[in-house]
Amino acid sequence: MLPSTTTEPVAGELLPRRRRFGAETIFRWLTTGAGVTVLVIIVAIATFLIVKAIPALNANKENFLTYEGWFPNDASPKFGIASLAFGTVLSATIALLLAVPVALGIALFLSHYAPRRVATALGFVIDLLAAVPSIVFGLWGREYLVGPVAELSTWLNQNLGWLPIFGGDGPFGKSVLLGSVVLAIMVLPIITSLSREVFMQTPTANEEAAIALGATKWEMIRTSVLPYGRPGIIAAVLLGLGRALGETIALAMTLGAGFLISFNLIEVGGNSIAANIANGFGEAGEIGRGALIASGLVLFTITLIVNMTARIIVYRRREFR
Amino acid sequence: MKLQRLGMIAGVGLTATLALTACGSDNTPTPGASNSTAATKIECATGSLAVAGSSAQKNAMAEWIKNYTTACPGGRIEYNGNGSGAGIQGFTAKTADFAGSDSALKDTEQGPADARCATGKAVNLPMVTGPIAIVFKVEGVDNLSLKPATIAGIYSGKISKWNDPLIAADNAGVKLPETAIQSVHRSDSSGTTDNFTDYLTSAAKDAWTFGKAKEWKAPGGVGSKGSDGVAADVAKTSGSIGYVELSYAESAGLKIAKVYNASGAAVALTPEAAAATVASAKVTGTGDDLKLKIDYNTTEAKAYPLVLVTYEIVCTAGNTDKAPLIKSFLTYTSSKDGQAVLTKLGYAPLDETVRAKVAAVAAKIAA
Amino acid sequence: MMVALTARRLPRFAPVGIGAAAVVVAAVLCFGLGLGGVVLMGLFSAVLFVVGLYIATRIVEGPRAARNRVATSFIYGAFLLALIPLVSVIVTVLTKGTARLDGNFFGTSMNLITARDAHGGAYHAIIGTLEQVAIAVVIAVPLGILGAVYIVEYGRGKLAKAIQFFVDVMTGIPSIVAGLFILAFWVMVITPMFSADGRPVLSGFAASLALAVLMLPTVVRSTEEMLRLVPNELREGSYALGIPKWKTITKIVLPTAAPGIVTGVMLAIARAAGETAPVLLVAGASKAINFDPFSSQSSLALYVYDQATDSSKFAPGRAWTAALTLIVIVLTLTVAAKLLARRSKLSR
Repeated sequence: MLPSTTTEPVAGELLPRRRRFGAETIFRWLTTGAGVTVLVIIVAIATFLIVKAIPALNANKENFLTYEGWFPNDASPKFGIASLAFGTVLSATIALLLAVPVALGIALFLSHYAPRRVATALGFVIDLLAAVPSIVFGLWGREYLVGPVAELSTWLNQNLGWLPIFGGDGPFGKSVLLGSVVLAIMVLPIITSLSREVFMQTPTANEEAAIALGATKWEMIRTSVLPYGRPGIIAAVLLGLGRALGETIALAMTLGAGFLISFNLIEVGGNSIAANIANGFGEAGEIGRGALIASGLVLFTITLIVNMTARIIVYRRREFR
Repeated sequence: MKLQRLGMIAGVGLTATLALTACGSDNTPTPGASNSTAATKIECATGSLAVAGSSAQKNAMAEWIKNYTTACPGGRIEYNGNGSGAGIQGFTAKTADFAGSDSALKDTEQGPADARCATGKAVNLPMVTGPIAIVFKVEGVDNLSLKPATIAGIYSGKISKWNDPLIAADNAGVKLPETAIQSVHRSDSSGTTDNFTDYLTSAAKDAWTFGKAKEWKAPGGVGSKGSDGVAADVAKTSGSIGYVELSYAESAGLKIAKVYNASGAAVALTPEAAAATVASAKVTGTGDDLKLKIDYNTTEAKAYPLVLVTYEIVCTAGNTDKAPLIKSFLTYTSSKDGQAVLTKLGYAPLDETVRAKVAAVAAKIAA
Repeated sequence: MMVALTARRLPRFAPVGIGAAAVVVAAVLCFGLGLGGVVLMGLFSAVLFVVGLYIATRIVEGPRAARNRVATSFIYGAFLLALIPLVSVIVTVLTKGTARLDGNFFGTSMNLITARDAHGGAYHAIIGTLEQVAIAVVIAVPLGILGAVYIVEYGRGKLAKAIQFFVDVMTGIPSIVAGLFILAFWVMVITPMFSADGRPVLSGFAASLALAVLMLPTVVRSTEEMLRLVPNELREGSYALGIPKWKTITKIVLPTAAPGIVTGVMLAIARAAGETAPVLLVAGASKAINFDPFSSQSSLALYVYDQATDSSKFAPGRAWTAALTLIVIVLTLTVAAKLLARRSKLSR
């Protein structure tokens, strides 16, 4: 830090006296230990999940990766992740398709359309949406959203029923669509707040240049704000995806809990790894728990990959700036 | 100043917490103050019991425990409805003092369970029996009768419309709409599913090919967690059908279908009709073991055939210091008063001869 | 000769008029012709509004302006759309949650409450939530603050980079995975060593551990951000006075960043209090009042889930009131945290 002019070391980076050496070292080790704990926890999560999943996987009479059913509590346990993993990815994807355009719209509204003062207050409202616990969304979705979504499903079925995703013959209720809408509401605030931050950072020079060339506001956004923010948007979407993949209780309460691989969005059914854990845990036996832990391991791996990809994009961008 | 404010917030929080801790109540009854029917002659014991198992008998247990503790404040009993499998595991591992189970001990489970009982033997005591209701919600249909094969057809997906000829054949004169059928089943592993599929397996052999299991094996349909989840889904979805214990059907206000028994009569679900089937059940266990075999194909004309039986799995001896309380509690539950409570909860009381046998075994439970 | 210096513009009332027309047409289509209900009407009027606005603007102002109008209306629409669920959730919880909002609910537990009992409360669950979150705070906050101090003040090289990266990754760990981890590690491996009969013990403390795992990265991230905002001059001034680094950090840097850190912690608490999934797996869900966190406990979020999946016809009332209580706690914490953040001297 400060260049020392005397032979006596100065405080700061250099440690002046032995008496202080003790406290400084202890504190340094303490902080390092706390930092390393994070790494330890991540490694421990993987290790313990693997260790506890192995006995169940060994007892499994079917291929864990390709079997579609989930019967781990039988005398001859059979369970597979296929339909659950499919359902997890499907519901998360639909949720993102619904949430991303809206989230980007809100982010642009807050960063470029609403007046500064109002924007802060309105951004706060979106943050409140993020604070609502998922159990409340689940309860609300199960009791109140199910009606409107069923109405929409009926209409989609009658008018677009020739599309396999809107096929089936009802009645419509707890479906992938319902779960995805709830999920979309839940990931909305994350994507909004991250992309809003990125949009705010657009260099004013870029924006002004576009305006000076006679661009309308939307053209300015399309030519300067969106391209500049693209890596940020991708990262925000991936983080939203990570959240959507891992959401548990809200989906446990709104999906139909079937074990079928089907692209149909409006027929009752749909399932996810996390929802299945919440549903099946209560009455699971020894093998049943192991099987659920094994499915949790798959979920952990998927979310880890998604989150790491998102963070790497964010970091690249940060270094690029 | 900032820290002062933080301190203030913390202080308010702390005070609120302290205020809360001061006034909690566990609903523990004051002796004699209750007008409960159970207050009649229970030979009380003291101590505490941890019981685990079937969620199908959770409601019955909750009521019994409440009545018992009202009469005998010295006895503390906790029932954890975490499933029959977990109950038997807990019983064998001595974490549960006895277990509630939807099915009697299997041969593979009997050995370890007997070992746990040291000087005694692990026995199955039928305690809670009750009808399973087939509930439905179809616009314009108030009365519905179904043959076992039709139920199996609906639940295996072969019958998909309410005006299917098979359903129409079961319901002469009823105008059925052309709506699609939404079958609702349990998404969690459950004794209700176990008993329901057991019934289909024996009463509709040809139409039901998925066997008897706690987990739902047939494709399609909507899964819902818990009987309450099934009841709620049926109540909400037009064109749906589900299976739940009677109490759930009643509290959700659902329409209940009549079921054809083997005599060819369509029987409405009443406690008496269910009791008629339970009465026809035979004890297949030996000695103190009172394992029941329900005759789903009973030809008794008044019998509602779709019933479930759940057991208490308990040691005849080797209960150490818990013995007096187990004995006292199970004596109460198998008494006439205890069984009478069940009717109000939508279960059916045990047949008198079986009840007497269960009470006799309960009276013998020893340390 | 007059030259128009400004392009032709749509009159200001035009969008409003088109909007009103769209709603009317949609209402006629949906209810008059029986095409559908309220949802479809909303959908139809939105589509009609956008199409109408585009056509009108295109005729009067030209295609570029038309696209601009559509984009603007979409962007405003997105915001309004997001308000619908928030308002609906809050209104629903408020209307449904007040039915059981009584002394009995906050004063009793679910012990000895059967399906036929109308009363029964969430006292035990509130105690559980308070204790579990408090323990999680005691574990996660010091660890998180120290970890952030390491990243900002001491960390150099690969290790610091790796820690910083994995803290970010850890924020994305699903809560159910944290619950499974504590189940596999604490409940199934550690507790059998200490329990009397060698069986796993479900406890409120296990839930605290899971919540701590979820809180830790949030606390590290927010503290890290706050520490970076502390001006370097403060540190250098302290060093110049001969104060060692650890003392500088504990006496100067951390107090300066304190309000920001508290904000982060409060947000982490709000999130943890609302978590259901990990508590469902490891807490044990006792129905009776239990102050001992090392045995079975419930929590408010778990209570909502329990009651929402319970058979009794009185359960939904309890579930909604518990949801209301939970939302009040969580939103109060969030609002307080945000207000505190705004008052903080350190701001971006």
